[in-house]
Order: sequence, then C-alpha cells, then structure tokens
Amino acid sequence: MKNKIFILFGGLLLSTILANGQANISPAKAQMKPIIIKGATIHVGNGTVINNGYIAFDKGKITAIGEGSAPNTAGADVVDATGQQIYPGFICPITTLGLVEIEEGARGTVDEEETGDLNPHVRSLIAFNTDSKVIPTVRSNGILLAQPTPVGGTISGTSSVVQLDAWNWQDAAYKADIAIHLTWPVARVQGGRRRPAVPTPGVPQESPAERAQKAIDAITNLFNEAKAYADIAKPEVTNIRLEAMKGLFNGTKKLFVNAEGAKEIIQAVDFGKKMGVQVVIVGGNESYLVTDVLKDNNVPVILKETQRLPDKEEDDVYLPYKLPKILQDAGVTYGLTGIGFWRQRNLPFEAGESVGYGLTKEQAISMITINNAKILGIDKTTGTLEVGKDANLFVSKGDALDMISIDVDYAFIQGRNINLDNLHKQLYKKFADKYGVKAD
Amino acid sequence: MKKLLLLGCAMLFALLCRAQQTFPVNGAWDIRPGQYAFTNATIVVNAEQTITNGVLLIKDRQIEAVGTDVKIPKGYVTIDLKGKYIYPSLVDAYTGYGIPDAPRAAFAQGGFGRAAVPVSTKPGAYGWNEAIKPEMNVKAVFHADDSKAEEFKKNGFGTVHSVIRDGIARGTSAVVTLGNERDNFVILNDQAAANYSFSKGTAATNYPSSLMGSIALLRQTYYDAQWYKNQKEEYNISLDEFNRTQALPQIFEVGDPLSVLRANKIGKEFGKQYIFKTDGQEYRRIDAMKATGGSFIIPLTFPEAFDVEDPIDARNVSYTQMKDWELAPTNPAVMEKAGIKFAITSYGLTNVRDFWTNLRTALDNGLTEKQALNSLTAIPAEMLGVADKVGSLAKGKMANFIITSDDLFKKDNVIFENWVEGRQYVVSKIDVTDLRGNYSFASDALQNVVLKISGTPGAYTVNLERTGADSTRATGTITRIADMVSIYFDLKNKPAGNVRLNGYITKTSPLTFNGSGILPDGSEIKWSAAYTGPAAPDRNRNDVPKANNVAGPVIYPFMAYGATELPKAESVLFKNATVWTSDKDGILKNTDVLIENGKIKAVGKGLAPGTAKVIDATGKHLSPGIVDEHSHIAGSGSINEGTQAVSAEVRIADILNSEDINIYRQLAGGVTTSHILHGSANPIGGQTQLIKHRWGVLPDDMKFEGADGFIKFALGENVKGSNNGPITGAARFPQTRMGVEEVYIDEFTRAKEYKAARAAKGSNVRRDIELDAIVEILDGKRFITCHSYVQSEINMLMHVADSMGFKINTFTHILEGYKMADKMKAHGIAGSTFSDWWAYKNEVAEAIPYNGKLMHDEGVIVAFNSDDEEMARRLNQEAGKSVAYGKMSEEEALKLVTINPATMLHVDKKVGSIKVGKDADLVLWSADPLSIYAVAEKTYVDGIPYWDIEKDAANQKAIKAEEARIIQKMIAAKNKGAATQRPAGRRPRNNESDEDDEFVSGDGVGQTNSNGK
Repeated sequence: MKNKIFILFGGLLLSTILANGQANISPAKAQMKPIIIKGATIHVGNGTVINNGYIAFDKGKITAIGEGSAPNTAGADVVDATGQQIYPGFICPITTLGLVEIEEGARGTVDEEETGDLNPHVRSLIAFNTDSKVIPTVRSNGILLAQPTPVGGTISGTSSVVQLDAWNWQDAAYKADIAIHLTWPVARVQGGRRRPAVPTPGVPQESPAERAQKAIDAITNLFNEAKAYADIAKPEVTNIRLEAMKGLFNGTKKLFVNAEGAKEIIQAVDFGKKMGVQVVIVGGNESYLVTDVLKDNNVPVILKETQRLPDKEEDDVYLPYKLPKILQDAGVTYGLTGIGFWRQRNLPFEAGESVGYGLTKEQAISMITINNAKILGIDKTTGTLEVGKDANLFVSKGDALDMISIDVDYAFIQGRNINLDNLHKQLYKKFADKYGVKAD
Repeated sequence: MKKLLLLGCAMLFALLCRAQQTFPVNGAWDIRPGQYAFTNATIVVNAEQTITNGVLLIKDRQIEAVGTDVKIPKGYVTIDLKGKYIYPSLVDAYTGYGIPDAPRAAFAQGGFGRAAVPVSTKPGAYGWNEAIKPEMNVKAVFHADDSKAEEFKKNGFGTVHSVIRDGIARGTSAVVTLGNERDNFVILNDQAAANYSFSKGTAATNYPSSLMGSIALLRQTYYDAQWYKNQKEEYNISLDEFNRTQALPQIFEVGDPLSVLRANKIGKEFGKQYIFKTDGQEYRRIDAMKATGGSFIIPLTFPEAFDVEDPIDARNVSYTQMKDWELAPTNPAVMEKAGIKFAITSYGLTNVRDFWTNLRTALDNGLTEKQALNSLTAIPAEMLGVADKVGSLAKGKMANFIITSDDLFKKDNVIFENWVEGRQYVVSKIDVTDLRGNYSFASDALQNVVLKISGTPGAYTVNLERTGADSTRATGTITRIADMVSIYFDLKNKPAGNVRLNGYITKTSPLTFNGSGILPDGSEIKWSAAYTGPAAPDRNRNDVPKANNVAGPVIYPFMAYGATELPKAESVLFKNATVWTSDKDGILKNTDVLIENGKIKAVGKGLAPGTAKVIDATGKHLSPGIVDEHSHIAGSGSINEGTQAVSAEVRIADILNSEDINIYRQLAGGVTTSHILHGSANPIGGQTQLIKHRWGVLPDDMKFEGADGFIKFALGENVKGSNNGPITGAARFPQTRMGVEEVYIDEFTRAKEYKAARAAKGSNVRRDIELDAIVEILDGKRFITCHSYVQSEINMLMHVADSMGFKINTFTHILEGYKMADKMKAHGIAGSTFSDWWAYKNEVAEAIPYNGKLMHDEGVIVAFNSDDEEMARRLNQEAGKSVAYGKMSEEEALKLVTINPATMLHVDKKVGSIKVGKDADLVLWSADPLSIYAVAEKTYVDGIPYWDIEKDAANQKAIKAEEARIIQKMIAAKNKGAATQRPAGRRPRNNESDEDDEFVSGDGVGQTNSNGK
C-alpha cells in the first residue's frame, strides 16, 4: 500500500520538499485512472455513515460507494484508508477567498468591494485569483469549493461557485453567476457610538427608520424596473445592471440577502415573495426568532460563523453555538460559512463547534456539505458522496471537524488528486530544517 | 382689593434698576428702601425648623428678621401670606448658568487623518496641554442670562453654582444668584470650587485620547504643580492657578460609580477629598460610594420608560436599561439611607419642567422631604461656601426665598413667587383665596345649578350640575386674573351653546362672586355664586394611589447575569476525573481533586470528601483555569493612548471595568486569568493589569494579588500608523521601523539620566510618571510584553535591550517568532502567539500556524493568546490547533494556555497547573479540553464557582422573568401617560458616561487597527 501511495503522490511531495516557492504548487492533472479508496469510515454528507466503506471514482465522477470490499479493483489505483475518514469536499459560501490576499495595508491585493451602491453587474468570478497563496492553506483543511462573493453597497454584485484547484478563473468556475447579493437596509442605528450629526438648519432630520424605508423603496423600484426590463426582448437601450438582474426572474440566479435582525429577515422574505425571486438569508443572527417565516416560505439561511459573540448581553452566552441546532429542530434549511478569506480554513471547526451544543456530527458535516450545496444550487453534482456526482472528497486520518484530529491526507476535486502543500507547510519545513527539529 | 393693588405695584417697581455705587447714573438716582414684611405665613426656615404664623422682614437684598414675634416697623410694604408657605429658595449645586458656550470647533482637531497637535497651540504662558486649564475662571466670563434664570426660578431656585464644563482641570467656578440685575450684584462667591473631569472637552491637543490618559495627565499635573512651587525655570499660568485653587472645594464631574472610584483614587493619592458630581447611579455600588468618604451632587435624570410593546424592538433595550428605569428613581433615597451627604441638581434634565415631577418620583421612592429640602438648600450652600448667605432663612442672609401655596413637596403645591436678592419674581400669581369649592349658583336664567371649582390654583376646572327636570352636567373653563374670573360652559340643553360669564370676588367670607354674562342667544344675564363647602376632589387617573412601588433588587454587576449575592468559595471533591495537571504529573486518569478555602488541597485517587461537596466527574476532564496572556476586555474609555510615541504613564489598572459581559462569557470558556493590555498604537504603550475573572466584584478586587507589573511595547505597522489612512499635515513620530528604534533609544537614555538626577537631587527634579515606569523596567521591577511581528523588528528590540541594559519578558503576537526562535531562546524571552492568524495585514504575510510549535521545540516558553473577546472564550480549542498544525502532544498543547502563560506572567507559583497549594482555578470540561466538542460545565476562580452551566440556564430564565415583569410595568406606566422613549438599535455600553463619550469620537492619532492584532 505504501508503495501505491508513493507512486500516486510521491513525485509531488518530492518536488515540494526541494523548492520553497508557491510557484510549484501546480493544479492537479485530470483523473487518468479509476481510483478506489477502501476501508474507510465514509461520511456521505446526508447523515449516512458507512463504516469500513469504499468509494470508487473515474473520470471525475463517483462510480461506486458502499460497505465492505470494493468491487472491480482491476485497473484502478487502490488506496487503503483503513481507520481513516472520508468526507465530501467542504463548501464555503460567502467568502472573499481569492478576492483578497492581504486584508490591510496592501490595498492593491484587495478586490472585494466596488464603488457605488447598486452593482448587480459586478462579477466576482473574473477577479478570483487562482494563484492566491491563501487558497492552498484553506484547501488543506478539506475545503474544496467556494463562493467568492463581492461585498459593500446595497447590491454588491454577482457571485459564482469555484473549485479550489485551477490554473485560472475560467477553469475554476464550478457554476458561474449564481447569485446577486443584497444587503437589507437596517432601520436601527448601528455601529459605534458617535456624536449625533449636527442637524442642518431648516432640513428636517431623517430618522433611521425613514432612511431605511427610503432605501427599501429604492430597492423595490429597482427590482420592479428590472422585472419589467427582463420581459423586453430587445431593449432600445441596454442597461447592464438590469441585464445582470434578469436571471433573478427566470430562476437562474438567487437573491442572497444579508440580514441579521428578525425584522429585516421578515422584510427580505416578504420582498422575495412579492418579487418572485428565490431568497437566501445570509447571516441571520436572529433567524431563530423567525423560524416559522423561513420554513413556511422555504427560505434557507447561511449562518456566518458559529464562533462569534452573542449580539446582546442578555443572550445565552452560547447562542451562536446553539443556533444551528435551533434551525435544525425548526426545520429550516441552513448552511454555514466562516467569514473572510483565510479564516475559512476554520470552517470544519466552525461546524464542529455546534456539536457540543446539540447538533450531531453528521448534521454538522451536512451543514458545510450538502446544505451549502443545496443553497448554492450545486447539489446535483456535489455535496454528498453519491454515484454520479463529482468526486469532490477528501481523506482525513481523524475526525475532520476537530482540531486535535483533522489530518487531511488526500483530497480530490472532480477526481483530480490535489496537491495539499501550502506556504505554511513550506515555511514550517524551512525553519524546522534550520533548527534541526522534526516537521511533523 | 387694596392688597392686590399693592402687590401689583411692587412688581412694577421691581422692574426698575437698582443703582450701583461705582456706576454713573443717567438721570436722577432712584434708590428705594425695598422694605417688605411678609406676614401670617408658615415659614420653613430650614429643614429642621418651621415657624407657623411667622413674619419675614426683608430690606433691600437682605433678611432683617424671621420669627413669630417680629414687630413690623414703619415704611414696610406688608404682604399677608395667610395659608401660604415661605421656603428658602433652592440652590442648584451644578449648572452651566451664565457661561458662554465653549467653542466646539476646536474639538475635532487632531482626529483621524488630521495633523498631530502634540502641544498646546493656545497663545500665552499656559501649560502644555489644553485640557488642563485651571486658569479658567467663571467670574471672568459669567453673564446673567434672564431667560435661563427664569427657567430656574420657576422651579424655585434662587442661587446656582456655575461651572465651565470644559476640560480636565476646568478652573474656578462661582456661585451666583438668579437676580435680574447687573452681574456685579449677582456673583455671591467668585471662588466657589476648583473643577475637574476626565473629559478633555474642546482641547485641541491630541493627548489624552483615552480615559487612562486623562487620569495620567491629571496625576502628572499634580506632580508638576508641586514641582512648580519650588522651581525658577519657567513661568506657567496653568500650574500657578492649579496651585492657587487647591484650597477651594474640589469638585469632580464623573459618570458612573466606577468613575467615582477612579477619581477617588486620584484624590487619595494627592490628599484631596473630591465632591463627586455624578450621573446618579450610586445605587449600583452604594457601599463603595459610601466608602469614598466624599459628598455627592446627584441629578434627577431618571430614564423614561421604553416602548416595549413590540417584542423584537424590545430586545434592543438592555437588561441594564430596564433595571435602571426601575431603580434610578430610588437613587436619592438609597443615598439618604446610606448616610451619604449629597446635593441634588437639576443638571442633565432634558426638560427643566421635569424637575419637580422627578423630585416627587424620588420622594415616592423613599427620599424624605427633609432630606430633599436639605439637599436643595443647606447642603449645596455649605458645599459651595455660601451657607452664610443662602440655603436657609435668617437675619443677615440674602433675601432669597419662595412663596408657595402649600408644603413645597406636595403634589399640588404651586410656587407663587420667587424672591431673589429682595426682588420679586412671579411664577404664578398669588391667589388671595383658594377658589376651590362648591358654590350655589344664582341667576334668573339658570336655575338649580351647582357650580364646582376644582383642580389646582393656577389650573382650576369648573363643573356645573343642574338638578331637577332639566338635569344636566357640564364642564366649563374658568380663567382667573387677580380677583376677576371668566367662565364659559355649554349645558347642551336650555340653553344649548356656550354661556359666557364674567365676574369678580365681592366677598371673601363666604367667598362670593357677582357678575354678568351672555347667553348663547345674546341675551344678557346677571349671576352670583356663593361658597357652600369644599368640593370633592377630581378623580384624575394621575391621582390614583401609587401601586406598591416594589423595585427589583440591585445586582452585581448591574447587568445581565449579575447576581444579588456573589457566589462564595466552596469545598469540592471532583471524583474520578481525567486531570490535566499541566505539571510534571501530566494527564492523570480516574483521579480526584479536592479544593478547600480557595486552594487545591489534594490530588490523588480515592480521596475522602470530608465536608466537601462531591462532584462526580467520571468521563469528564478537569483542567487548570485558562490564562490569556493578551486581552483587552474589562477596560473603559479606550485601551490605547496612542497620541504620543511613549505613554508609559498610563495604566490599565486605572480604567478596569468590572461590568463587561465578556468577563462572564469567558468564564463560560474556562478563562480564569487575563492579562489586560494597553493597545499597540505606540512603541511604548501603557502599564498592563493582570486580573482574575471574579464576576461581580469591584474593579480593584479583580486584580491578581501580588502580580508583577508589566508594560506594553509595540512594533511595526500599528506603531507606524501605516494602516490608518492618509494623514494631512504633520504626523506623529515614528512613521517607519527606523524611527521606532530611535524612540526606544531616546526614551531609555532619558530614563537613565532621570534616574541619576533623581538620585542626586531628589525631589528637586520634576517627577515624571512616564519616566518612572521606564526606570522600573531598568530596575527589573516592571516587565515588557511587546507586540511584534516580523523578524527584523524583533531582532532590533533585542539589540536595543542588550545595549540599553534591560530585558524583554515576552514577545506577544510574535508571528515570525519561528524565524527568531534561537535568538529568543538565547535571550530568555517568551513568545505569546496566535494559533493560526495571518494575512490580515502585510506584516503577517508569513505568519504560520506552526509558529508555536517551532518556538516550543526550540526551547522558547510559548503561549497562545486571544487579543480578542470572542477567541478568548475558546482558547482551549486554539491550543488544540497546535495538535493539528505540528502535532504537538496534547499535554504540551494545553500548557500553551495554562502554565506557560502563567510562567511568562510570573504567576506560575499560584495558577496555571493543578498542584496542591495552588489557587483553585479549575475548569470541568465535558470532553477532552482541546477538542472542539468540549463544553466548559463549571469554572472556579479561587474555589468560587463563577460559571456553572446549569446555574446559567436558571439565570437565563430568571432574566426573562424579570424583564417580563419590568416590561409589564413599563407598559402600565405608558398607559398611565408616562413619557416613553423608543428603544434604539444602538445600545449604550454598560458604563456609558460623559468621559467615555469623548473617547470614541476618535481624537487621537493612530487608533485604528491598534486595539487588536
């Protein structure tokens, strides 16, 4: 078995030991041969666990999965993963991975926020930097798909789903232009404590509620016009903003709405219903207060981190940890993202966090695999380990949701055997070598 | 009728100006005797003494006599006040009366992106910092303000204390009357008090930008002023005035009880007993307030009820706000019961008309009338050195008094007149007679009618009732001017339409009106009405007797998850746990741990419980309490004083905030000890404070006893301000890593020279509290924890330390420590880092999660810290990441957040491991503490169970129930007509106070991104 692995992966490992740059972490070649991994505990993603299971895939697609000994091993590379865990590739929605390289002090590396308030036409896909040094650090914890998402303004732009091993964004595109991102106006005054603005004499002061209502009215007008525009076969004057929004009304794009408060969530759900667009709530800190609204309207939520503080002093100190369980019990569809870009490598732990507070481990896995896939509209091809789906999966020596056991040995995206090296491992080796210590 | 005439004339004449000796007169001099005798009144001389049927004689500005047996000499205008009351007029102990508005324009200077203003730009021989302006003097800027004076006079005030509320040392205030005359006659005491606050106000100088900076600046000013007395180098108006005003009463304007304690500590250091002007929250920490020994000036600013009908919006009202709504009105009573001397001020009321409403609310909540009167007369008069002039009625005092219809504090009392310096101000016209009563109404056109006058003098209502065949009732309107009345009403039937009457008092016994009127059809009638007896009082819903005014208990701290009684140390035997000792014993399975009197008493198998409570810990894990080397929780008013390159004088100890929910939340993550650091905005930041998470105690009681003092240093991008956006104009030095080194060289060089000079010349050398801290470093009494990232700067500081002869204790963050681990090891420097943070700025582009592992393997003492209130509550998991990245053993991994940080903080003899004799700081986990699945079920600090997951669940229920009770009460208050406010999405922080407010506005260079990483 050791030999097999050496044949499979050895050449790659060797090359990374010799060089210290990122430049040699190359995207993997297409799957040439059937691969069978056997003897593992397989987490299918839908709640099912297969003990002593096998999974076979060829030409990038899963061809067989089951318990016991694998059939048809002839001509395949067989990997014995006895005692190890297999998971569907983790999916991180709502991220700036690939859009930002260094958060502060290096503005040139930041491509997450366009100027202007209404930018449905701005597309994250083409800014997605497949050469980011951050991506390999995230990938090596089992995150294989992501949704680079623009931020800022009221309508931030259009996002796509990418797979995290590619030569360029075109190769990376897993499903292009799937969603438009809207931030729901908040009536409450938010943010830090500031001195109240000095009122301009003669100009009536606008209350936060009035300001929010104006913003909602503006959004409503825009959507009404966009909807009407979508019906025009050949507009006299092309409007690329409204063009970009067409997909919302023909079901090819979803409307992802950033909303945390209970009232904003209700408003957003209602708005989606009136406009006839599919709404996804992003954030949803107070979603637990309006589970009926979400469930009745079949609106899913993507939670942002479990590892955050409660909003209010009075809240249960563990409320963010318990939120997935509350939504699970209420029958709401929910997914999870970490936040930012580099922090997405903690996505498995963000999911694992909810297990101490009520979720089962398999539910936690579903949260960042099939649930996210469903919400992103890619569940036909990924999110679970089922025959016919893409071979997006990874093998970990131990429980991947827990930091004391995660140890990703191999990962495959569409059957391609991904290089799991990264900048951090390379620097680790470099300095372990300097001090003569062992780089475990 | 004669009397009325006289009164009217008196008023008319009073409007004329009195002459002033030194002023020329245009025309003939018009000096009047100003002699009045007020007779037959109930005279409340002071809170102790009341005279019935007394006489008050005044001449010009002064009282000539008060008593029952006073002979009225000739030439006195006599005013009969039968049935009326006379009180000394009230004294407001804290106002901004007559003070011109401070120029706020200067305030924004030196903020973000603005040029540095390192020293004062004020012309003149003043001190270096514009916030220290003891040279300000109310007497020089005061000018009487008639319209403002009227507002006060309507409430019964005759004298006020005028303060310039600007800056940290605010100069000398004055006591003035509310007289409507030349300023020369109004100022009673031009040296009333020296005033202070923590708020820099309009000062344009960047420093201070934090509460701890304000405290340090004031302390340094005290030292500078002492030094100034004996030096000949400079002339300095500010220091001169500061010294000159030390003999006056010292008034410190603060906000919440914690800021009272902060100010009090300064007072104790310099032998000053301040009078505290506060926001009125003393009830939250009444024992500590009493212990200051200070007297207080408290407001009546009671919060309005919130609109809480919408349950979602009601979530925006904090538990603190809810309980404060209920308890704030008890504050004056609580102060009284505690025996604290206090004056009451109308200061801070959004509407001055709320003064009496709120005062009566305070009375309803237990304040006695006697105390109320004292707190509004004698106490402020004495506090401000004018007890010989105002505050009571006695011969020789100012003729400052009010005439009221009734006992001053009674609900329906009316203040008729407010005499200031012997001059009348009419609030409501005195009725010679109270009109209230039932009258038999006589008129040819309207038979069988009874007229009832009720309400209050000044706001009468009239009701008519006709009996017999055409019985009907009507409410009318009555207006009274002197003895004339006009009445109109509509009986709706016979006749329909308004009947309009006018008339006048023709007889006072029984009270009788005569007059004429016009019926709806235009025909004229004659009428009369004669008093037959007292009217039954109106049934007004506001008069409904108060529901039993039971308020919920005070909790400690005053916020969610506070407790009425703090938990106590327990004797506990943890049976059969997996014990992570973080000591040479390693991880012990199936082991017992016994704690007693706050200490670990025994570790072993099969321990006997004795009297201890037994907790079955089978399947559970017991670890030492988590120690966080780098935290910024539990501080008030900014944790950065980044306006200068060196701020070694500021101390986190001064601004500890025991009312931070994160203290509790982190207990729920097993944290028991936190090192609270200054931010990283400057190369040498402030002095740090080690605390234990003792939830509910006072700030000083959170401090880790006997811990060594540390100080924060910082390197790199935050210090350079490179991520703060563009600066227009001069920037604060340094702006490069090159400059950072020179800051250290210069500062340590100065400190050495200072130390030598102090040794040689003693206290003749100006004491510098900044350099004192640096000298402590040189003397090995204070230890450095230095924010650091890249290897070049780490290397630099080690070189500076070697060359200047000091040691670095810890590099914190130290994300490139793995590149310098051999040098750190050689220098004996510890590394406190993040588990996996990187890419958040340029200097962490090569930060790796294997950093801790590499430093550890190279022999450096390594800790993982949080620098983040969220991450702090799962530091156990962060330690677990060293298993993921670098395969550190679990035993060593947990040490990263227990014994290792304890060692680098020099408290490893007391905490950080489970060992007999150490503090019982323990966490009981549901699973392997490094695992993502571990839940902290119980956390003990000093053997006290501050966190218990089951008690917390009960607590959550109790909070919901208490909220529900208060919400019901708020809705009831609203339905009764109480004013309400909308819940704001933005909530005040727990200790929102004036001084906090100043600091969030961002004046100060280099604040962004320097609190954290």
